[in-house]
Amino acid sequence: MTTASALAVRAPFDRTLLLVVPAAAFMLMLFVYPFLYGLALSFDPKEGGALGNYHHFFTTDNLWPTIWTTLKLAMPATLINVGLALPIAYKMRVKSRYQRWVTTILVVPITLGTVLIAEGMLTYFGPKGWLSQFLQFFHLYEGPIRLTHNYWGVLISLVISGFPFAFLLILSYITGIDPVLARAASTLGADPKSQFRHIYLPLLAPGLAMCFCLAFVQAFSVFPSAVLLGSPAGPTRVISIAAYEAAFEQYDYSLASAIAMIMGFVQLIIVAAVLSLRNLFYRGPVSGGKG
Amino acid sequence: MKHDFSELRLDRVTRRFAGAGGKAFNALDELTLTIKRGEFICLLGPSGCGKSTALNCIAGLMQLSGGSIWLDDMRIDTLPPEKRGFGMVFQNYALFPHMSVARNIDFGLRMRGMSASDIAPRVARAVKLVQLAGQEHKLPGQLSGGQQQRVAIARAIVIEPPLILMDEPLSNLDAKLRIETRAEIRRIHRELGRATIYVTHDQDEALSLADRIVVMKDGVVQQIAAPPDVYSQPANLHVARFMGYRNVLPLDIEREEGERVMLSGPDFALTGVRKQPLAAGRTAGRAAVAIRPEEILMGEAPGGINTIVARVDNVEYAGRDSLLDVVTPSGTVLHVRATGMHALGDTVRVHVPVERALVYPGE
Repeated sequence: MTTASALAVRAPFDRTLLLVVPAAAFMLMLFVYPFLYGLALSFDPKEGGALGNYHHFFTTDNLWPTIWTTLKLAMPATLINVGLALPIAYKMRVKSRYQRWVTTILVVPITLGTVLIAEGMLTYFGPKGWLSQFLQFFHLYEGPIRLTHNYWGVLISLVISGFPFAFLLILSYITGIDPVLARAASTLGADPKSQFRHIYLPLLAPGLAMCFCLAFVQAFSVFPSAVLLGSPAGPTRVISIAAYEAAFEQYDYSLASAIAMIMGFVQLIIVAAVLSLRNLFYRGPVSGGKG
Repeated sequence: MKHDFSELRLDRVTRRFAGAGGKAFNALDELTLTIKRGEFICLLGPSGCGKSTALNCIAGLMQLSGGSIWLDDMRIDTLPPEKRGFGMVFQNYALFPHMSVARNIDFGLRMRGMSASDIAPRVARAVKLVQLAGQEHKLPGQLSGGQQQRVAIARAIVIEPPLILMDEPLSNLDAKLRIETRAEIRRIHRELGRATIYVTHDQDEALSLADRIVVMKDGVVQQIAAPPDVYSQPANLHVARFMGYRNVLPLDIEREEGERVMLSGPDFALTGVRKQPLAAGRTAGRAAVAIRPEEILMGEAPGGINTIVARVDNVEYAGRDSLLDVVTPSGTVLHVRATGMHALGDTVRVHVPVERALVYPGE
């Protein structure tokens, strides 16, 4: 009797759940297994104890500073991308004649690969590039212009390739906010500035945090542009370059795995910090009532 | 914003939109109306009649294409909404979802730079007025629809606006709550003693709330009158139809005697009262007579005037009475509200008092 009623209460197995199986298998094979393999490998160094690689990383002068080098690129790039995308997306939230064109132009770089962007930048921003020739032709700036093969080259390329993502993401958050809220605020005496500050910004805050995390993770794993546009031996020797060298120049897969783990851990700390800040804000539906 | 105003004047307020194919059309066409302090005005009409456009124009959420709006001798249609200081209650309430009830209500006061010590008593008074005491710290999402509605009203009235604008504020509530809130809105209006403009498509709401009703259709004002006049003396056929004159019969004009018009149909004759000038010199022309279902009475009229013989074709039971469709031998259908039992196929005599058969020019 008890078992019968327990059986009757239990919901029948939903067979559509089986549709998750292929994706789960993929995740297991292509992410979870390699990740765990790398994690295990990082604790199995060529020499020393289990923590040998980590000890090596944090005591070697051309390894541990790569964390700061990378942060110094990724943080400003992320802040610029989110900071630029917010006002532009805010302006673009209302449909207008030119809205579609502006949005298209801003999003085009998404279709270009980082390598293509790097190639273009080398010709455009280089010492003999168009920008330099243009400025010198009009005598606007006579000194040498160095925007490639250094820190600035990499930063500019991170902005070019990262901005469209930030912009599209924020645009979708902004257009999800019911414009009638701002109109209600205006009837209550809020000028456009206050409408942004008191209505849009607080409702956007969780989305901005999310956008910051995604943009940051993307920028932190910079590799091609750091090599092509930076000076990979010096100021743009980012952490992924260190991992690449360990793996493919020293053939020390174990050390490379350890560097990759450290890289992931740094990203995790930043993302966790930003997402915990997100909890300070209101998170819920962004419409103003029944609708 | 001034609070001691005596009237709001709309002078030929017009709003044009680009319609399909780039052709402009007037969503609101030369609305002229003067609203006195203390008055409750309803803008009434079917959807798309321009009533919400009118409200948005007054609030400043929409630019005028023509005309002007005056608060006493101050022209306000050039001011942005935040400078007009009218309280507005939106159809879906538009409460700020990230602010508590109290923060929602004091938003307008904070925007005016009022100090916290001045804000507190005013918010408390508004909360009491809409009977939301104890809910101040909840977020809008934690309230029921009726409570959200009252927060929206409190938020609009706490700034003590000269004018309160309401855009179908009851349309999202269930029937019982709608009637309760309706009485509440009327009470709040009385207590504040300011002017209210209320947009609705529901004639019952308009009749019960308004001091004056503005009936609109296709952006054009059809009638501005007190509720009893709109109800019993519609200015034209559109208004009559909208106010529940379900029987609109095209008939021939036989004769006119002063206000009275004798009309004839295929198998009956009616005498009614003229409400609009009929085409002159065309006594045989067509007119339309409008009659409410509840004003058609069962049985023969004294003297037999306006009596129609018909067969019961359909019965809709409605509790206190029934709605009958009766058909004359020639096929004219009349909607009649009647008490008592009537079976399908019964032959009945119905009549309508002369003064309740309203005659308009035919369409």
